[in-house]
Amino acid sequence: MAKLDLVMFEEEYKVLQEIITRLQTESSSKVVFLVDKNGQQIAASGDVRSIDATSLASLTAGNVAATDGLAKLIGEKEFTLLFHEGEKDNLHISIVGKRGILVVIFDQSSSLALVRLRVKKSSRELQEIFDKVEQRAQNQAGETNFESPFSEITDEDIDRLFGD
Amino acid sequence: MTFINYASREINCKIVYYGPGLCGKTTNIQWIFEQANPDKRGKLVSLATETDRTLFFDFLPLDMGTVKGFKVRFHLYTVPGQVFYDASRKLILRGCDGVIFVADSQRPRMEANIESIANLATNLKENGFDIRSIPYVLQLNKRDMPTAAPVEEMERLLRFRSEPTIEAVANQGTGVIETLKACARQILMELQRG
Repeated sequence: MAKLDLVMFEEEYKVLQEIITRLQTESSSKVVFLVDKNGQQIAASGDVRSIDATSLASLTAGNVAATDGLAKLIGEKEFTLLFHEGEKDNLHISIVGKRGILVVIFDQSSSLALVRLRVKKSSRELQEIFDKVEQRAQNQAGETNFESPFSEITDEDIDRLFGD
Repeated sequence: MTFINYASREINCKIVYYGPGLCGKTTNIQWIFEQANPDKRGKLVSLATETDRTLFFDFLPLDMGTVKGFKVRFHLYTVPGQVFYDASRKLILRGCDGVIFVADSQRPRMEANIESIANLATNLKENGFDIRSIPYVLQLNKRDMPTAAPVEEMERLLRFRSEPTIEAVANQGTGVIETLKACARQILMELQRG
């Protein structure tokens, strides 16, 4: 199979959340999101209720994907950083490893230089977690005795999702 | 690529609606958006041109309920159908868990349907997927049109792997949920197999 599912366990998630929270505080930013390249939100910190996080995640992924396409067109491997400057708020988007995107929203109480500096440090830490998650997924793919919690899904479960 | 989060006990799946221009991909997800319980649906995001043609994608997040204690969330995407947006179509297929092909039943659009399936196969392959094994549903849309080709003829032309085939009139909601369900069933059954 070409795909490996992204499976995140509690302890890994906790560490990711800690890194994101620290980044948000240390960079004096409003919100920090960690999104996966397919548009799904992984973790967030800050005033997340002020933003439609699901739409933000999918649009960010679309934006990164389109920019990736542009990079390849001009012969670059990828652009690792996107920056959008607004009147009040700014958006700093950076790629973490192969599958993560870090989104930092900040206003005048921070600066681009500070955000860049803090993001750099956090990216390295996040990368380590992603590597761990991927390593585990690969190991499990080779194991036949790994029991998925979904091995017992029935037709009735699926019917119930659709209210039948 | 399904995202399973054990910490928040959530499963997120990405489903992509594919098909030729004006076949009704956006209409499918608009109908789902209008019918869904407002608590269960997110915002419908449409990146469209001034004339309402899809430019990049439409996006609708849906909370479906729980399976085995995990919240199941579907992210529905459409691709732009027009031929010259091929680069964008390829990007949207990235990491998808299932594909719904919306075919236009009108006879003059049959060639466009066939071309679009071939294009889907190519773009899936470039993303590391195989059209013969990925969860996949064929929807025959616009069954109410006067020039609609017979179902048997469309199946002969467009069906290639005994995939579920559903007749639909998306602007009236006919067949829309059945199509989504057929795709969801395959995705969740794939999770079951692990």
